[in-house]
Amino acid sequence: MKVLLSVLRELADLPADPEVLATALNALGLAVDSTGTVGVPVEGVVTARIVRTEKHPDADKVTRCWVDAGDGTERHVWCGATNMGPGDVVPLATLGTRMPDGREISRRGILGIDSEGMLCSPVELGISDEASGLLILPSDTPLGRDPFEVLGIHHDTVFDLDLTRNRPDCWGHLGVARDLAAHFGAALHGPRLDASAEGAPRGIPVTITAGDRCGMFSAGVISGVTVGPSPSWVASRLAHLGMRSINNVVDASNLVMLELNQPNHAYDHATVGGFDVRLARDGEILRTLDGVDRSLTADDLLICDLASGRAVGLAGIMGGLDSEVTASTSELSLEMAWFAPDPVRHSVNHHNLRSEASVRFERGVDPGGVHLAMRRFVTILRETCPGAVLHAGMTVAETASRPQEVTVHVRSSRVGRSLGIEPDGARIASLIGPIGFGVRPVEGGAEVTVPTFRPDCTEEIDIIEEIARHHGYDALGKSVPKSAVHGRLSGMQQRRRVLRRVLVGLGLDEVMPMPFLAPGDLSGIGLAEDDVLSIANPLVAEESVLRTSLRPGLLGAVRYNQSHRAPRIGLWETGHVYPRGAGALPDETEQLGVVVAGGDASTALAQWAALCDALGVGAQIDQSRVPPGLHPTRSASLTRGKKIVGVVGEVDPVVLDSLGIEGRVSILEVDLTVVLNEEPRPVQARDLNRFPSSDIDMAFAVPDSVPAQNLQRALRQAAGKRLVSIELFDVYRGKGVDVGSRSLAFRLRLQEAGGTLTDAAIAEVQEACRVAAQKSGATLRS
Amino acid sequence: MNATPPDKQAALDSAVADALALIDQATDAQAIRAAVNAATGKKGPLAAVKAGLGKVPDLDARKALGQAVNEAIARVEQAAHGRESVVKRAAFAGSIEADREDMSELALRTSARRGRMHLVTQATERLEDVFVGLGFRIAEGPEVETDFHNFEALNMPPSHPARSMWDTLFVDQDPQGSVVLRTHTSPVQIRVMQEWPPPIYAVMPGRVFRKETPDATHMPVFHQIEGLVVDRNITFADLAGTIESFTKAFFGESFTSRLRPSYFPFTEPSAEFDIRRPDGSWIELGGCGMVHPRVLAAAGLDPEEWSGFAFGFGIDRMAKERHGVEDIREMYSNDVRFTEQFS
Repeated sequence: MKVLLSVLRELADLPADPEVLATALNALGLAVDSTGTVGVPVEGVVTARIVRTEKHPDADKVTRCWVDAGDGTERHVWCGATNMGPGDVVPLATLGTRMPDGREISRRGILGIDSEGMLCSPVELGISDEASGLLILPSDTPLGRDPFEVLGIHHDTVFDLDLTRNRPDCWGHLGVARDLAAHFGAALHGPRLDASAEGAPRGIPVTITAGDRCGMFSAGVISGVTVGPSPSWVASRLAHLGMRSINNVVDASNLVMLELNQPNHAYDHATVGGFDVRLARDGEILRTLDGVDRSLTADDLLICDLASGRAVGLAGIMGGLDSEVTASTSELSLEMAWFAPDPVRHSVNHHNLRSEASVRFERGVDPGGVHLAMRRFVTILRETCPGAVLHAGMTVAETASRPQEVTVHVRSSRVGRSLGIEPDGARIASLIGPIGFGVRPVEGGAEVTVPTFRPDCTEEIDIIEEIARHHGYDALGKSVPKSAVHGRLSGMQQRRRVLRRVLVGLGLDEVMPMPFLAPGDLSGIGLAEDDVLSIANPLVAEESVLRTSLRPGLLGAVRYNQSHRAPRIGLWETGHVYPRGAGALPDETEQLGVVVAGGDASTALAQWAALCDALGVGAQIDQSRVPPGLHPTRSASLTRGKKIVGVVGEVDPVVLDSLGIEGRVSILEVDLTVVLNEEPRPVQARDLNRFPSSDIDMAFAVPDSVPAQNLQRALRQAAGKRLVSIELFDVYRGKGVDVGSRSLAFRLRLQEAGGTLTDAAIAEVQEACRVAAQKSGATLRS
Repeated sequence: MNATPPDKQAALDSAVADALALIDQATDAQAIRAAVNAATGKKGPLAAVKAGLGKVPDLDARKALGQAVNEAIARVEQAAHGRESVVKRAAFAGSIEADREDMSELALRTSARRGRMHLVTQATERLEDVFVGLGFRIAEGPEVETDFHNFEALNMPPSHPARSMWDTLFVDQDPQGSVVLRTHTSPVQIRVMQEWPPPIYAVMPGRVFRKETPDATHMPVFHQIEGLVVDRNITFADLAGTIESFTKAFFGESFTSRLRPSYFPFTEPSAEFDIRRPDGSWIELGGCGMVHPRVLAAAGLDPEEWSGFAFGFGIDRMAKERHGVEDIREMYSNDVRFTEQFS
């Protein structure tokens, strides 16, 4: 929302320094996005008449114009615009002119012919955002003059405010000026009004059929109107505020909206002599001012001509094309209303049609401001139509949905608990009285009446916020709460940090792929897709499925990096997956995924071993359950009883081939909701056994079908209490071992608890191991 | 003071000189030991002097001679040790030379590359550490949320206009559209207030989602950290003071903060908070405010008994600015060439 310094200073006695005002606006919560200077005359630019034009035979995009700047010299200028012709008066930037964007006008030639200046568009002069063609001035404009002076464009400062949802009143200059006046303790005058502008009583019939959608509808008759151009100060202000000057009637309407936040519409009284406000019929068509035929629904609210029942406007959004004011209009039916905000918003969204009016109605306009706005409209109009009068007896129709003033009880103690200051009723009055709140001090606080232009304030806390704003946030001080809570990471959070450090210690890089997948991404790598959730309104179809596994993202990252010649990489991610759940929400869990391109099953096992060691956890390696999507003969599930807590091994080479990934890829996936939430009890120290230990080596021929883990478990049991440690130290295939078997050599360290280990004891262990191994299908090799 | 008789001293010196000469010529440890033994052994010249000790009548003279013998033995042993280390070093000289490495070549071929944590993870941990130091705990919550937690309990009932402040992605877990990818970390506030008895001092970092087309400063998936304090007698000044403490702890003692009025449905009064750099420029960091009484009530706390404040800001931007990353999409490219730059 743009506001002009000149308008603000007309409404209230405010400081002239833009910087002072910008600081105040920010302190009040009316955030200033930018402050700009507009309408600064450009020295060297003069009005000039186009005498004749000529197309260049070799350059049809440009026109050669001969112009007369009133000094007796005819100049020729190249021009890329197309909206001008002989006789038009336009701004000419003469040679040497420094334009607002910094460039200097030079004798830059085109096709061997010099240009003696430049013809300017409004945007080039910094007058408005209009860039579609040259600024065409009135044809009777004297030549050789400053065009800013001719147009009455004034030097001004424009603040672009980033308004929050709770300040509908600041969509008009008056609301902004009111806050600033209170801030500076300055007088708020309101807009200048022409005192002698009331005609004989003439009412307009109004019926409101849809009372819950229209709380107030006022209409007044204005006679003595001649449609024509606006005074220059009106056109200038509109231009600075980003609107185009149309004619004196439309401009007055727009300026009233911008000044007072009161959207309004002027109809030709001869065409629309009365109003009916009703809901549209399904399928009813209205051609709006922008020339588009709108197909309406029963949720749209219409303003209709009472006599004919014909729709003349989509309420709160845009007028109809057919009821526009024309050159022959001499009397106006001026409408100002209050429409319920939410339905306006729904219609705006439904028709995807926004307007300066709808932005204001959606947020809430002041149903109590229409008399002021009507009088301001006539005041502006009388500058060009001195005979214009607003007739007395203006109609103001109201329904039960019109917002009324609310009264809120504010307790000083409650203010204190929120802000740390306890203002009494009188102090509350001095803080928020100046912004229009009615304050009646009572015992322990105040009864506060909220003005109708502040629909955002409905309860005590809203008033407390106003008190805080006008007391000043800075003045509320800074303290630190006296907390009895000690800061710390939870056990799970500490363990997650250990996990991260182990992974980076293993040389692995963390990645964060998008958690969104394309349909088919999971099934394409061998994972189930029947439990996925979709995004109902995705940005793109490739990101419409919520991941149930980290694997697609990690493999995608591997492929991406391989394609950028980084073949051997190790990546990890910890992140959430979101399979469909039985309850209200997905079965969301935190997972770890680790992949190493160029790594193999032992890489993944080593990573798992490192994590187990660091976190004090473990799991069985169950190769009988090959995880989907992994290498059929080089991967296993990590299990705890029947529960699968992860997978380890290599990615299925068929999957890798279809993804275009070269070489092996090791993979480790772990359900972190399991392993991070465990907190192993602190290990208790044992007495060191200081009796001598003995190592025995035993090699077995073991069929490939028997997992080494099974044999080791059997040996561990057989060796019993004397076993200190057991280690698989050699695996051998080849001569001396049957095909289909391999030799597994274990080293067992034995020790006696209460004395020296005897040879007999060692022999006993060896024999027990041999027998146990035999039962597992393994044969002791001699 | 009795000196050693000159004849005895001469015999000692001569024996030592002979031994040293032999040691000096020895080329292995065995020969060195033999030379030592020849001088100090039972049949050696020093032993002979020692044997005559008993015949020295004068106690002091006997003492002096004994000391002279011991000194002579010590000189021989010392020489032997010195020679032994020389001989030992010489024995290894060949193999040590054979072991020669170009250390610079080894350095070039050695890699002990540590992995990298994602810049966002690094920033999150730094922020967590600062807040833990300020007395906060860390809370976490689901990324797919109910409409209740993401909007309704945060004082945005269905069709509340403020919902349009966030471009929401909806999940088809529920056909009514009441399950969303959380648009902010604020729903964790509700969960914490429902589950933790006050007083509450918590920060909530996490991933959030918006329906936004990626560009240099926006991603549809990014990260926020949210803070929540609920206690008795918490005022706006406590909010401003906590923001100030965080500013100094995280950015540095020479940074300050300010609060400007703003609007959020779930806090009132609401504010934006800005950080002032030592050079006087400002960083617009995030939003904050006093927890709205309706939010406390929605989470089951009595707003007449408890009060609190909340604040939140983006983590990605902290990482981006710390490392001068121009385009946020780079951080999510998962390109190891990008990651590798940051240790």
